[in-house]
Amino acid sequence: MSEPLILGIESSCDETGVAIVRGRELLANEVASSVEQHVRFGGVVPEVASRAHLQAMVPALKRALAAADVDPAELDGVAVTAGPGLMGALVVGLSAAKALATAVAKPFYGVNHLVGHVAVDLLDHGELPTPAGALLVSGGHTSLLRVDDIATSVTEVGATIDDAAGEAYDKVARLLGLSYPGGPVIDKLAAEGDPTAIAFPRGLTAQRDLARHRFDFSFSGLKTAVSRWVELRRADGLDVPVADVAASFQEAVCDVLTAKAVDLCEASGLEHFLLGGGVAANSRLRTLLEERLTAVGVELRRPRPGLCTDNGAMIAALGVEVARRGLPPSALDIGADSGLPVTTVLV
Amino acid sequence: MITLGIDTSSDVVAGVARDGLVLAAGVVADRRAHAEQLMPLVRAQLAEAGLTLADVGSIAVGVGPGPFTGLRVGVVTATTLGAVLDRPVRGVCSLDAVAAAWTDAPEEFVVVSDARRHEVYWARYADGRRVTGPFVTPASQVPDLPLAGPGATLVRSAVAGPAAIDAGVLAAAASGLPDEGLEPLYLRRPDAEVSTKRKSTIVQPRLAFGGRR
Ligand SMILES: [Zn+2]
Repeated sequence: MSEPLILGIESSCDETGVAIVRGRELLANEVASSVEQHVRFGGVVPEVASRAHLQAMVPALKRALAAADVDPAELDGVAVTAGPGLMGALVVGLSAAKALATAVAKPFYGVNHLVGHVAVDLLDHGELPTPAGALLVSGGHTSLLRVDDIATSVTEVGATIDDAAGEAYDKVARLLGLSYPGGPVIDKLAAEGDPTAIAFPRGLTAQRDLARHRFDFSFSGLKTAVSRWVELRRADGLDVPVADVAASFQEAVCDVLTAKAVDLCEASGLEHFLLGGGVAANSRLRTLLEERLTAVGVELRRPRPGLCTDNGAMIAALGVEVARRGLPPSALDIGADSGLPVTTVLV
Repeated sequence: MITLGIDTSSDVVAGVARDGLVLAAGVVADRRAHAEQLMPLVRAQLAEAGLTLADVGSIAVGVGPGPFTGLRVGVVTATTLGAVLDRPVRGVCSLDAVAAAWTDAPEEFVVVSDARRHEVYWARYADGRRVTGPFVTPASQVPDLPLAGPGATLVRSAVAGPAAIDAGVLAAAASGLPDEGLEPLYLRRPDAEVSTKRKSTIVQPRLAFGGRR
């Protein structure tokens, strides 16, 4: 079989993505974001996101087909995010994918969004040697994965038990009076601050937590600690050293994320590790992770920043891996699953 | 000309008409599984009429009012099919489809659907044409006229006209119904509630939108 030509659709959160991939070649990647519409709320509003997906879907589909110069009839299949994500947002992409696949009588694949964040790296760096570890960090997810086969065998080793890391960035940004989304602003400010200025807590790293949550994360305590520190400071009539708070907060987040990633690699003897998700663009996270993984002889891969955030390319890339292995297409009556487990790569 | 009719403003319905005559119409009475049921139902109705999607010359879709998540399933399905097959898509008010199906309708009547949260969507008709609406109000504000539509029993127990949306009739009548465009008739502003979303599977899956599928 020649390289599969797959169209991928993503609509799990606030980005409407449609992309076309042939094998590992990205032919088109159209993303429409509704992020500006969420700014005044300081987080993603599901109904606002869903309305935006509906408006953006068909135009994005048309743009992707035009950019790749592909006729829908040429496609070998249509892949779409079936979950996890926001229910009302997911069904827009799912329904569009079903309609497209039916119209051209091609296989339809409902795939896992989280695994898509790993698969997109294949477009940049080729085959992922397995077993590999993966850390996915964004506004919506914080997961530590073990990948044995990208299309058939992925397990979630750990995840956040409360807020996603990106969510913690958004909340801390809000309490420091910074703009949404918080990730890029805090990253930038942190560069001017002292990461050792304030000793913020590292969630789930205490000995008593490690027994049950060795590879899990918790960021809600950290967020509360930052908020308390800032309040006390204000109550004392002192200025808040915003750059130092940002740097110390970011250091706490990155320290925990990277320490657990290294622990997983050492515990499981992994030699390859992948960083994905929107927060993968964070400069401190990437630097610290690379430093620590290199020290223990693990190779770090990260897709180019433009492919780290949610997009259709990750879904198309995963669709290609599924099609390549000749896995059976999804049934036309599958639903979206807001809590789709990472073990279900293909629904 | 073959017209495919779709409506997801209440139940999942799909139908096929040729030049104003209904060839097939089906319903899946599940108001929580639009995304699951719609495409299989479309295929089944086309098959019943002995047709395939390639035979479809135009598409008509009910744009509500109705629960938002289900509504979007119908609209994005219709617009995607239209784009891929290169066929025109016409959005019509879902309440108009009920009115069109009421063959011996009185001079004046009201079509009602369920808006949840103790409210109803409704529009008023005279001589078969919509004269006001659609609105979203408490049931008590619906005019005292003969009733039809999937939410009529929320107003009064006595319902005079058709209770359900027939997608075959929608397809057959669409070209004569007002063009509502392809933006759903939301009638309500979005809830400005920020999601506390978690894509991890270790924690509880989100419930934020579960009640409105
Ligand atoms: Zn994501």
